[in-house]
Amino acid sequence: MQRHQYDVVIVGAGGAGMRAALESSKRTRTAVLTKLYPTRSHTGAAQGGMCAALANVEEDNWEWHTFDTVKGGDFLVDQDAAEVMCREAVDAVLDLEKMGLPFNRTAEGKIDQRFFGGHTRNHGEAVVRRSCFAADRTGHMILQTLYQQCIKQNVEFFNEFYVLDLLMVGGRATGVVAYELATGELHIFSAKSIVFASGGFGKVFRTTSNAHTLTGDGMGIVWRKGLPLEDMEFFQFHPTGLAGLGVLLSEAARGEGGILRNKDNERFMERYAPTVKDLAPRDMVARAMANEVREGRGCGPDGAYVMLDLTHLEPAHIDAKLPDITEFARTYLGVEPYTEQIPVFPTAHYAMGGIPTNIQGEALANNDDVIPGLYAAGEVACVSVHGANRLGTNSLLDINVFGRRAGIAAAEYAAGVDFEELPPEPEAFVVDLIEGMRSAEGTERVAAIRTDLQATMDINAQVYRTEGSLKQALTDIEGLKQRFAQVSVQDKGKRFNTDLLEAVELGFLLDLAEVLVVSALARKESRGGHFREDYDKRDDVNFMRHTMAYRTIDAEGNVNIRLDYKPVVQTRYKPMERKY
Amino acid sequence: MDVKVKILRYNPEVLDESEWKTYSVTLLPGDRVLDALHKIKWEQDGTLTFRRSCAHGVCGSDAMRINGRNRLACKTLIKDLNPDKEITVEPIKGLPVLKDLVVDMEPFFDAYRSIMPFLVTSGHEPTRERIQSQADRERFDDTTKCILCAACTTSCPVFWSDGQYFGPQAIVGAHRFIFDSRDEGTEQRLEILNDKEGVWRCRTTFNCTEACPRGIEVTKAIQEVKRALIFRRV
Repeated sequence: MQRHQYDVVIVGAGGAGMRAALESSKRTRTAVLTKLYPTRSHTGAAQGGMCAALANVEEDNWEWHTFDTVKGGDFLVDQDAAEVMCREAVDAVLDLEKMGLPFNRTAEGKIDQRFFGGHTRNHGEAVVRRSCFAADRTGHMILQTLYQQCIKQNVEFFNEFYVLDLLMVGGRATGVVAYELATGELHIFSAKSIVFASGGFGKVFRTTSNAHTLTGDGMGIVWRKGLPLEDMEFFQFHPTGLAGLGVLLSEAARGEGGILRNKDNERFMERYAPTVKDLAPRDMVARAMANEVREGRGCGPDGAYVMLDLTHLEPAHIDAKLPDITEFARTYLGVEPYTEQIPVFPTAHYAMGGIPTNIQGEALANNDDVIPGLYAAGEVACVSVHGANRLGTNSLLDINVFGRRAGIAAAEYAAGVDFEELPPEPEAFVVDLIEGMRSAEGTERVAAIRTDLQATMDINAQVYRTEGSLKQALTDIEGLKQRFAQVSVQDKGKRFNTDLLEAVELGFLLDLAEVLVVSALARKESRGGHFREDYDKRDDVNFMRHTMAYRTIDAEGNVNIRLDYKPVVQTRYKPMERKY
Repeated sequence: MDVKVKILRYNPEVLDESEWKTYSVTLLPGDRVLDALHKIKWEQDGTLTFRRSCAHGVCGSDAMRINGRNRLACKTLIKDLNPDKEITVEPIKGLPVLKDLVVDMEPFFDAYRSIMPFLVTSGHEPTRERIQSQADRERFDDTTKCILCAACTTSCPVFWSDGQYFGPQAIVGAHRFIFDSRDEGTEQRLEILNDKEGVWRCRTTFNCTEACPRGIEVTKAIQEVKRALIFRRV
């Protein structure tokens, strides 16, 4: 076992983690731990762009962007946080350009901008070109650019170091325990500040745009510490996943003029969102698509999907603006987007909820108090700028704005405090977890349990939910947890034991799926990405509030979930009906 | 359909030498090689070890030698491989194998880091963005697509025989900045590549271009860097 000491430890090296690292490492001694290599992080899969009211191609301002973000989030957004994000968006984009990001350009050589779902001029009048982009690989370019700046700045990375526990002393975060994938060795990192930037947990679903590695580890770790998770019932289903596979096809396809059609070749979004049509927010488009399929207007032999039509676009335009996603259609479905429509269906995409933080990125222990030394940014966090439904491009914005803020805050906090003594045997929990898993002799296999978990989540907790479906999911998860207690791994070795880590990841997924479902059961309304067929209206009287879920242990040692609620911060926008 | 997948296994915790193992898997024609590896790991042999993440060709984790050619396992479909025959899977060549299909990526990333892969500028920063024409932006578009998967570098015969050579990827990484009109680090970068282990070691075999899962014209990029060195202008 090795011990390390850093002022700031950042867990995760995607966009949020590296943006935090660029700030923190300028100010103080910083380590970045990632279970992958930085450039393998899922920020790199983001495609369409990053919105900021640069007004490079038409009139725009950050207040309109704030309004769209609040309305897009079905008024569950904390408006102070949305204001910060949309105001700082302009500098966030310009910072990336100065770091070298190769944005597409206008004829005058300025950063080009394009349409994106839910982004409008003057509070919903019409769609507006706000998304700054680099073809359809904006996330890739952000990830590469941030990594390049980290190289320039000599940021210290620990690659393929898997953080499995957070150390706390007297309510303060004081370190993490990491498992080195290459050797199986444990490492104790003592730190004054810890920033979680470890991404989402899309792998609770079968059909997802998320990487295999998005297993909610960061959320799972703080959850087991009894710390709250906020708004976990709000999961975004991206409308255009490649049918059957879930591989993401950017909303930019519709921003560039793509149209969704049902089996009658009807542009059905005209019925659901007459003003912005195919560029309505994702939750509305995903539900509309699922509804078309349910009502028998789906395409294909089983009527199981709808079509994304790009055939009216010039091939040269497609090649210039959408090269990657059209290649996905060719590679994985053998469809030629120049001449053929592409089969698409909603895919689990983004967790709006996560570790609650304030606008400095400080993690919260409850509705009022911060956890000294603990920070979170990006998808793992809930600020909340996305409320009940995130607008397209606002995730790349979120990681840059709040990654930066968390990095600064973590470094400044570290400058003012001393290292805390770590608890005795800080590695004990992880040793039990790992060695327990390695030596278990049960008959259950990780993959079988994970497949069943993903199946029940896809059937019962997806675009449409009811009390019955959610209760079924909860029953299934409880059964799967019992099976998980009997799980064993085949690889008993130390070196690159990914078999073992998949078991650990499944433990996180089971916990988080349960939190999602329990939170969703209690929210008896429909708002944003959470749609209850048995309560199909938004209920501002009873549910204009954030869910705060806590893990509790009763006198008999049983683990339970306790739900509490937190008020929504409203500044300038009063809730209104959400029409587009 | 039933497909035979022959994998070069290596685990120094168990055995000093690598050995071929053949697995029989039931797959659909549209499945990826990555799906085959997952089925083997999840249903037959949990000790099979490989890197993967995004599973659709953008993260660069799962470059491997499939039927003798470097490819991404998540971007190679079974039906494109003649599944009537055995499919062979080995680790990429030229980097130390650590376990099964996992190789030591550090020498590869070291080469990338050594060519100053970041925008170099001088003087005061502008308040707004730097202006760049569409044509200037287009000039280096191809090499911005790189996902650092190492498929090109580990397909290069020069890299196999000479571990000191930077390899194609590092030159692609340099190209991305050398031909960026905003960058002022060209001289330094060209000097690094003028090294005897630099760009002149390239023998123009085009293996790298063929291997690139992103369709980057790697050999062309290397030629452009060579030309820039000869004429000292870009």
